[in-house]
Amino acid sequence: MSVVKVMLVDDEAPFVETMSKRLAKRDLTVVTAHGGEEALQKLAGDRDIDIVVLDVKMPGMDGIQTLREIKRLHPLVEVIMLTGHATVESAIEGMKLGAFDFLMKPCDMGQLMAKLAEAEAKKASQEEKILEARMKEITLSQGI
Amino acid sequence: MTHRSNTSTTGDGYYRSLTRKMIAVMILVSVAPLLVISGTILYYFDVSYREKALDHLQVLVKKHRRTVDTFLEEKLANIRTLARSCRFEQLTNEEFLEEKLRMLREEYGPAFVDLGVINDQGVQIAYAGPYRLSHADYAKAEWFKEALSRDYYISDVFHGLRGHPHFIVAVRQDRDGAKWILRATVDFEAFNSMVERIRVGATGFAFILNSKGEFQTRARHDALSSLQIYLDHLKSPDALSDEVVLVRGVNGSGKEVIHVMSRLKSGDWLLGYQQSAEDAYSVIRHVWRLAGLIFVLGLLGIVMMAVVLSRRMVKRIAEANLQKEMMNEQVIEAGKLASLGELAAGIAHEINNPVAIMVEEAGWIEDLLGEEDLNQCANLAEFQRSLDQIRTQGRRCKEITHKLLSFARKTDPTVKAIQMNDLVEDVVALSEQRAKYANVKIVTKLQPGLPEVAVSPSEVQQVILNLMNNSLDAMDGTGGAIEIVTRVEDGLLVVDVADEGPGIPPANLARIFDPFFTTKPVGKGTGLGLSICYGIVKKMGGVITVNSAVGLGTTFHVKIPIPRKDESGSPRPLG
Repeated sequence: MSVVKVMLVDDEAPFVETMSKRLAKRDLTVVTAHGGEEALQKLAGDRDIDIVVLDVKMPGMDGIQTLREIKRLHPLVEVIMLTGHATVESAIEGMKLGAFDFLMKPCDMGQLMAKLAEAEAKKASQEEKILEARMKEITLSQGI
Repeated sequence: MTHRSNTSTTGDGYYRSLTRKMIAVMILVSVAPLLVISGTILYYFDVSYREKALDHLQVLVKKHRRTVDTFLEEKLANIRTLARSCRFEQLTNEEFLEEKLRMLREEYGPAFVDLGVINDQGVQIAYAGPYRLSHADYAKAEWFKEALSRDYYISDVFHGLRGHPHFIVAVRQDRDGAKWILRATVDFEAFNSMVERIRVGATGFAFILNSKGEFQTRARHDALSSLQIYLDHLKSPDALSDEVVLVRGVNGSGKEVIHVMSRLKSGDWLLGYQQSAEDAYSVIRHVWRLAGLIFVLGLLGIVMMAVVLSRRMVKRIAEANLQKEMMNEQVIEAGKLASLGELAAGIAHEINNPVAIMVEEAGWIEDLLGEEDLNQCANLAEFQRSLDQIRTQGRRCKEITHKLLSFARKTDPTVKAIQMNDLVEDVVALSEQRAKYANVKIVTKLQPGLPEVAVSPSEVQQVILNLMNNSLDAMDGTGGAIEIVTRVEDGLLVVDVADEGPGIPPANLARIFDPFFTTKPVGKGTGLGLSICYGIVKKMGGVITVNSAVGLGTTFHVKIPIPRKDESGSPRPLG
């Protein structure tokens, strides 16, 4: 499996910058975006992105809207919500919309890494299942 | 808040003086009209009774004067009739005279003692009576001279020949130019008793004086001292009038005496009556005494009532004041708190991002430090410590901001039908260890059979735990007891958390639910606990109130609405 590719989405540029450096240092490929629209654009252009770490509160298109779009367009991409605003409502809504998990800002690096690993594992298993399903389909259709 | 701090200074002295003032006012208000009314009535009674008493005495004397006059005239008329209806010869017959005396005595009572016929020489030529007075010579007797000079005569009382007080009724008759006199002796006793019967009260008595001031009735020693008053009257020019005269004098022992006098026997005699004023007005004295007794009893009653009532009222006031102090239920305006909460949340969020960045930067430095070969760097340990500190303080900021942000946060929003008593017991069990160290006893008074309430258990737990922690903090070092009571009141389920801590000063009481308000030292408390509790309880549709009295303790009341039957039952998710 290739290196996990993570996209960091936050309107706070310094945060994204430092965070991406730290994640890169932990052998992750990091893409950054500073808003919902930018994130969607980059996702559309880069099929390798596995996980999106998404800030809930952003100007313009906020985290929840972005999440809804991501899940609509790229259902296999896992999303970890970052919330400074620890509103349960938004967290729950996020979970309902298919977010993998949510973390409180400022987050502990260890925690974040653990969540990323879990999300990656989930995505991997899902992809595997899809692959298997496809294989089965192909083999069935070929009548073997 | 100033008024509250004023009332909180009201001590025993204030209530004592209040009691005194109330007693004084009550007594004054009750006694003053009583005094005025009874005084006025008594005064008019006094005046009118005195007048009435004097009138009565005058009427009495007038009546008796008439009686005495009538008595005397009657006796005179008897003798005159006798003298006119009988001839001299008949009357000088002693047997006939005896017969007439018997008749007189039968007809007019035993007042007539004897009868006698006296010639103009003063010799008694016929006599009928118990004494042997035939041929007694009255030529030198005063009364004889007087009797001879007029048609009829009634003498003063005198002892005369027989040495026994009596007076004489004499009628002069002519027989062929020679005068003779029919006389009768009237018994003094019969006359005297008539006058002496006039007795009123203990000191009133009557007597008769002749024109020389000699007693015609039995002499009264106590009348002698004031005899002069009567003599003056005898000599006065209006002495002959029929008027009853009333004179007030003072007797030897300095007491006021009432003298009533009137002329008798065509002015020859004087009927006197005297009575000490004290005795005459004895009814007044009696009334005064009675009124005094009633007044004293009434006063006693009023004083007792005033004392009892005032004490009771002041006690009530004191209780009410205490209750007011205790029960200064802080109903925080929801709007104020909401805006404060929003502001706090906004600030928290704005601060949260920079803090996150700082923490990340510190983490980045830490990451980089791990890469560098800094074994030679003398300050490596200091770098590490400094970064640790940044991380620690970052976490502290995070705690604060997250607590702040949990104004709108639901920890576990799942609403369940819960039994409050179980929940309280859980929280008590959690706090027990800490309480033991703080030397605090936790007492629970849980009302059995409480209805279930639909709340988020974790939130309610958070509230109760928060209140208990505050109570424990308040009693840190002093020890004491925390009492947790569950009860139902007005359709609300109430949880009371009461401590015996130092209490909350009135000035602080209004602010305790404000975010960031804390009296704890820096770093110990965020000042968010109670505002979060407030937010949680408010969200459940409940109320949180506090009573506190400095020095007594603080009680928080958490009131949660009890759902109606149709609402309770299965837990329902929120949102």
